Amino acid sequence: MKEAVLSIRDLTVEIPTRHGILRPVDGVSYDIAPGEVLGVVGESGAGKSMAGNAVIGLLTPPAHIAGGEIVVNGQRIDQLTGEAMRRLRGKQIGMVFQDPLTSLNPLLRIGDQLTETMLAHLDISRTEAEERAVAALAEVGIPGAAERVNSYPHEFSGGMRQRVVIALALCAEPSLIIADEPTTALDVSVQAQIIALLKRLCRDRGTAIMLITHDMGVIAEAADRVAVMYAGRLAELGPVREVLMQPHHPYTAGLMGSTPLASRGKDRLHQIPGAMPRLDSLPGGCAFHPRCPRAAARCSSAPGPLITDGDGRAACWFPLDREGVA
Amino acid sequence: MTGMVSIRNLTRVFDVSKPWINRLVERRPKAWLTAVSDVSFEIEEKTVYALVGESGSGKSTIGKMLVGLLDPTDGSVEIRGTDLARETDAAKVDAVRRDIQMIFQDPFASLNPRWRVRDIIVEPVAARGGDTTGMAERLLEEVGLSARDAGKFPHEFSGGQRQRICIARALASGPKLIVCDEPTSALDVSVQAQVLNLMSDLKDQLGLTYLFISHDLTVVQHMADRIGVLYLGRLVEEAGPDALFENPRHPYTQMLLAAAPKLDDFGREVPPPTGEIPDPINPPPGCAYHPRCPLAEDICKKERPVMRTIEGTRVACHMAE
Repeated sequence: MKEAVLSIRDLTVEIPTRHGILRPVDGVSYDIAPGEVLGVVGESGAGKSMAGNAVIGLLTPPAHIAGGEIVVNGQRIDQLTGEAMRRLRGKQIGMVFQDPLTSLNPLLRIGDQLTETMLAHLDISRTEAEERAVAALAEVGIPGAAERVNSYPHEFSGGMRQRVVIALALCAEPSLIIADEPTTALDVSVQAQIIALLKRLCRDRGTAIMLITHDMGVIAEAADRVAVMYAGRLAELGPVREVLMQPHHPYTAGLMGSTPLASRGKDRLHQIPGAMPRLDSLPGGCAFHPRCPRAAARCSSAPGPLITDGDGRAACWFPLDREGVA
Repeated sequence: MTGMVSIRNLTRVFDVSKPWINRLVERRPKAWLTAVSDVSFEIEEKTVYALVGESGSGKSTIGKMLVGLLDPTDGSVEIRGTDLARETDAAKVDAVRRDIQMIFQDPFASLNPRWRVRDIIVEPVAARGGDTTGMAERLLEEVGLSARDAGKFPHEFSGGQRQRICIARALASGPKLIVCDEPTSALDVSVQAQVLNLMSDLKDQLGLTYLFISHDLTVVQHMADRIGVLYLGRLVEEAGPDALFENPRHPYTQMLLAAAPKLDDFGREVPPPTGEIPDPINPPPGCAYHPRCPLAEDICKKERPVMRTIEGTRVACHMAE
């Protein structure tokens, strides 16, 4: 494997509250290689966005990184000061959020927003930045880019705005893009366009993408590898086909069973009993054990041990067997 | 089977004009948005009829007209032979209204935060002066919550539990028809599965009829007995789930199915659909889909296609065979 663009080791995020310390991210480790799309899935409250925000240094206090390291292109960034982080953000790490309207300044023409970002991070002249802004918009598929640079965000449709946000994330040529639910606010046909765009950029430029989403379909379509999170911990990580089709972790299996699928017809959906635990009352041991069909006594005493299988790993005492693998 | 709901040539136009002073200064005419245009379909008793479409396709507007939250501009909604918008006999209207309930998308916005769950659930019955003793407790258990929850407030529940409370409220008046507007869109997949299973069970036990509004094709395929596909306020295709998913006849349905992410199709490389939904204030002439349609010919730009029935599928397309 090529040297990872992003490498997270034992990342822990804590939020001190009056009722004790909450850990929305607890000991999470993963790598993303150049040109790779890593999907991060989980239900609300699983800590997937919190992990993404930790990487770009956008945790809202009092949330803070309490342990572990984050390395981007060989440089450790979890202890950088605000100013150093600001220089890095945009230059090395681009960000695409769920709602494209709130990620753009409504009072600035989109051309100005693009050139401003480039001038802040790249050593180029204003004329050159303006030329590049048009090129960036054309690259993300905005028709008539040369005229549209003078438009304001409200003049674009939702899908077009998300393209502008992607152009903005890309314009300083970062090696890593964190896309937090980039297609959740969009219609299916537009979603398909945005996924195709992200995959193309990833392939052509070798940009690594961390794709955070709750939609298993988007993951299956876009990701190379997938990390499944549950209650702040990594439940399972591995190549997308193996994790989704032959999961080791009972939680992944449950998630896949609850998703309506064409091939299953109208049978009852598999239900995971109960709900995601609240952060202030996490069960001891493996956080999934109260909902797990395979749970036994030791699941409640200690978190599942990490088992590895080829490129994949899962944290479980009683993992499901993958066909052909012991 | 008998017809529960009969919708005929339903049309709804909204006035989206700027204030008159702006119109005067900028010399603009009034602007009209046709949210629903000439839609007709029937819902059989004890079946699930699903409406799918992207944002702005008019699916929620149809749902609101069905329950009477909006009046139709033209056409009619008949529920068991009674046209709610035109019927003058108050007793008759009242009897039909009692049979209709609605479940909304956002369980955080559709429950009054200052009311206890018990009062929320019995409100549809209490408002008509009915007897509500023990009703909230019974309904809570029916939707998989505990009778003790009746004394709590909505903020003490998670999203999935709140949606169960909304379902309990909808069941309180003993309705025959429930309009469900994106009932699981705000929920996580594992919770969505719980709520969808609950809705299927209740339908079988109580003999309910659902109008199920959703943008999620896989959910619709799972739930529906009959599916109507909407585009820009027009019904473009209507078929049973098997026919629709295996043999979609309208090019828009074909595009929609191809664009939906598939769980068992890894790293799929398909050319993504082109274009976006046009402006509903100035819809394209003829077939609204023709600017994006790969099959479009001259006639599509001039004439709006009429609904035709081909092997049990109703489709509005000049080219469909």
